[in-house]
This record gives sequence, C-alpha cells and structure tokens, in this order.
Amino acid sequence: MTSQPVATELPAKLRESGRLRSLAVFYLATMRIAVQEQFQYRAANYFYMLGMVAEPVIYLVVWTTIAEQQGGSVQGLTAGYFAAYYIVWTLVRNMNIVFGAPFWEFRIREGELNKDLLRPVLPLHWDIAYFAGWKFVVILFWIPLAVGLSLVFDPTLDPRLLEVAVFAVAIWGAYLVRTMLQESLGMLCFWTTRGAAIFDLYMTTELLLSGRLVPLPLMPDWVENIARFLPFQYAFFFPIESLVGDLSNAELARGLLAQVLWILIGLAIFRFAWKRAIKRYSAVGG
Amino acid sequence: MNALRVTWLFFKVGVLNELQYRVNFVVQLFQSAIALTVGLVVLALVYSHTDELNGWSQPELVCVLGIQILMGGAIKTYIQPNMTRLIDDVREGKLDYALTKPEDAQVLVSVREVRIWQVVDLVSGSIVLGVGLSEISTGVGALDALAFAGALLLGGVMIYCFWLVIATVSFWVVNMWTVVELFDGVFQTGRWPVGIYPGWLRYSVTFLVPIAFAVTVPAEAVTSRLDWQTLVLAVGFAAVLFTFTRWFWRYGLRNYTGASA
Repeated sequence: MTSQPVATELPAKLRESGRLRSLAVFYLATMRIAVQEQFQYRAANYFYMLGMVAEPVIYLVVWTTIAEQQGGSVQGLTAGYFAAYYIVWTLVRNMNIVFGAPFWEFRIREGELNKDLLRPVLPLHWDIAYFAGWKFVVILFWIPLAVGLSLVFDPTLDPRLLEVAVFAVAIWGAYLVRTMLQESLGMLCFWTTRGAAIFDLYMTTELLLSGRLVPLPLMPDWVENIARFLPFQYAFFFPIESLVGDLSNAELARGLLAQVLWILIGLAIFRFAWKRAIKRYSAVGG
Repeated sequence: MNALRVTWLFFKVGVLNELQYRVNFVVQLFQSAIALTVGLVVLALVYSHTDELNGWSQPELVCVLGIQILMGGAIKTYIQPNMTRLIDDVREGKLDYALTKPEDAQVLVSVREVRIWQVVDLVSGSIVLGVGLSEISTGVGALDALAFAGALLLGGVMIYCFWLVIATVSFWVVNMWTVVELFDGVFQTGRWPVGIYPGWLRYSVTFLVPIAFAVTVPAEAVTSRLDWQTLVLAVGFAAVLFTFTRWFWRYGLRNYTGASA
C-alpha cells in the first residue's frame, strides 16, 4: 500500500515539467554527441558533400546556358538568380538530409529497433536530435564550399535583413518538414520489405514538385498549382526563395506558417502509423 | 585466348547465379522506368523554354540521354560490380584468393562479377537512342555508325581504366567507398553535351573522369558532328590511359602486402 512510486504522488503539472526538462537534456546531449562524432569524419563528410554538388551545378549550367541564349533571362530569371538559387540550394539540400525512410528498413532488418525500444524515449526523438546536431557540422563545412561556388558562378544575392532572418528559421522548418515526411514513410517498412520502389517514387515526385530540379515558376502552371497543395516545396523552394527571391512580408509569414502546418500534419500521420506499427512489430535478429 | 575463356566462364556462372532472383528484374524494370521518365521530363522542361541548347536540338539530346543510360547500364552490369568487389576484397584481405590463381590478376579481378538485371538499362538506353535518331531528319550514314561503335567501345575502355585506377588506389587508401558515391553524382554530367560546361569542369569530365569520351563523343558521331581529330584524340587517350592503368595496377600489386586472409 505504501510502496507506490513517488512520482505518481507528485501533482500532474510538476510531472509534466520534469518530463519536458529531461527531454530537453536528452536533445542537448544527443546533439552534442552528433557534433563530436561527425566532426571526426571530416573527409567522409566532405566527399559526400562534393558528390552532392554535381547535381545543382549541372542544373545551374543548363539554365544559365538557356538564359544567356535568350539574351540574359528565362521568364525573368537571370543567370545571377540561377547561380544564387542553386548555391543556396546546396545548403537547403544539406539541411533536409534526415533520418530517411530506408533507414527504417535497416533498423528493423538488423534488429536495431529492439535496442531502441528498450529506451524510455521514442526513437523519433533520437532521430531528430542526432541529425539536428549533425547539421551544425554540415553548416560549418558548407561555408568554404559556398564561397568557392560563389567565386565561380557569380550569384546575385541581395536579401533584406528580414529575409535573412526568415531563411535562418526556414531551413530548420525544412529540416523538420522533411523529417516528418520521411519518418512517416518509413513506417511502411513495418508492413513490407520492398519499400525501395515506393521510396524511389517518393523521391521522383519530390524532385519534380519541390523546386529541387528547377525554381517552381519554370514549371508549367498546372504543376505549380498541384505543388501548392503538397508539402514538398516547403522543404526546398520556400526556404531558398525566402533568401534569393523577392517575397513580400505576407508571403514570408505564410510560408513559415505552412511549414508549421505540414510539420504538425506529418507528426499526426507518424503518430497514427507508429501506434499500429509497433503493435505489428515482432523482433528480428538482435 | 585463355583470358577470353575465363571471362566467358565467369560470365556464364554469374548470369546463372543472378537468374535465380527473378523479382529483382521487376524491381530493376520499375526503377529504370522512373529514371527514364525523369530524364525525358527534364528534357521536355528545358525545351519548353528554348529551341536549342548550345546548338543541340531536342531529338539530339534524347540521343545523348539514350547513350548515357546505355553506358550507365554497361558500367553497372560489369565494370562497377567488379571494381567495388576489388575494393572490398582488399579491405577484407580476400584478394589473395584471386592473386594465387594461375591467370593474369588484372583479367581476373575485372571479370568476376556480373549484374545481369542491369541489362535493362542497356536495352532501354538503346531504345531511347533509336527513338531519338528516328526524329533526326538527316539520318545516320554508315561512316557515322562505324565511328559511333568505335567511340562507344573506346569510351567503355576509358571508364574501365578510370575505375581500375580508383580501385587500385585502395591498396593505399582504405575508405574508397565515398568515391563510388562521387562517381554516381559526376556521371550525371553526361546527360548534357560537355560543350555547355565551363572550362574547368569540361576538362575534368573529359580527362579526369572520361565521361565526355564515353557519352558526348559517341553522341557527336551519331549526330554527324564528330571530326576526325576528336576520334584520333580518343584513340590516343584510350591507349595512353590503358597503358598507364596496366602499369599502375602492377605497381600497386608490387606494393601490396596482403591483409589478413
């Protein structure tokens, strides 16, 4: 009768604040570990980044060539705009590398999940915290790359102070939007072992509708209209455009709001799927 | 002669082994279809804003796309699997098994693996090339076709040399995996004629990573753009590269002491 754990006797409000505090401590510690771990693999991190740069450089060269052929611009977008767009692209792309859906397949197949489930914290928290910590290393490494690309391609970049501030927030919004989409998609791995085909389809849809391939105004109007109602552009086009383009204050605010909305929708989908997934799960390996 | 027989034997065994996994064929078909769709959509997008790109029309760039897919298929069927296995074997100390066999070691490490389902890309690339060619009004002469076949072969040899040099470096540097990822990214430059790239990049993807020789030069042949100087340069560079690769491989082998086997 007297052996009740102490915690249950505390008022609910106090328990809640303690839970939040320990979660904050968990986030900070995981992020610090990520920074220290990833800082050791400088060469690997750099090679990875260099491999990634090929993609935007190709797009940039193609669209610059077209712009110059047509007397300086394509639909009002100049060579300098394209340079700025695709250089900022490299940072945004780095920011939205997250704990991707294919990792869930690995996690289940290799039995890693068993260990994660024994912890008193949702695996999701670790994913978000670790990759967020890694981003600080990535941003640091990205700076010399951006300087190099700027010297070669001569971007036109003239943002207002507010745009810089919105951009600084929006890249983290992009990180969370894409995290929640990928984590939700990863839940499929609890039901199928052939997720790769679906992930391929996702990546392709994202490539075309997010602004990863080209700035969205270059797409046909109907594609742009479809993209408006999908989350993809809030992880690519919106953050890039907030710095590079000329969005009004209202548009900037609306973009950030849309990011919040999509993060919440992603979270809802994830929670819905996770509850069912974890009931289905039976351990493999270990 | 013996080398050819060994190559054929490994090829046969490799194919038989892969044919067991038939679902992989469907997966490969699906992934190739997606990649091809994206390639064509991108071309359609570019040509909705312009009529020609640096002097290349849309059907001509469809040909370039076809050749890039075709060459990519050849690389992923045969060259890349063998070279990544070589890198793995060096790291895990299993290369000794190949070195102790009574056959030229370079031949052996180059023919042990084959990913036959990647042949899907060889086929789809050829189809795309065919479609592109049928839309070019001028047609392809016999001489062009011959130059194309020659340039394609030379390009394949050069890509093989590039990979073997990279794989040989793994005798000294353990972590060559990132280079594999790097290659996949850089190979995408082949989707576009190298003429559009700024000088430093053009020279890099011509002589450092011979993608221009493997994709753009055959595409120039098939669209009647190729002058004989370029073809001679391709022959000369292929010969130099092959000789260098052979020497570098032997040099690396002499310095190789083996890990735990």
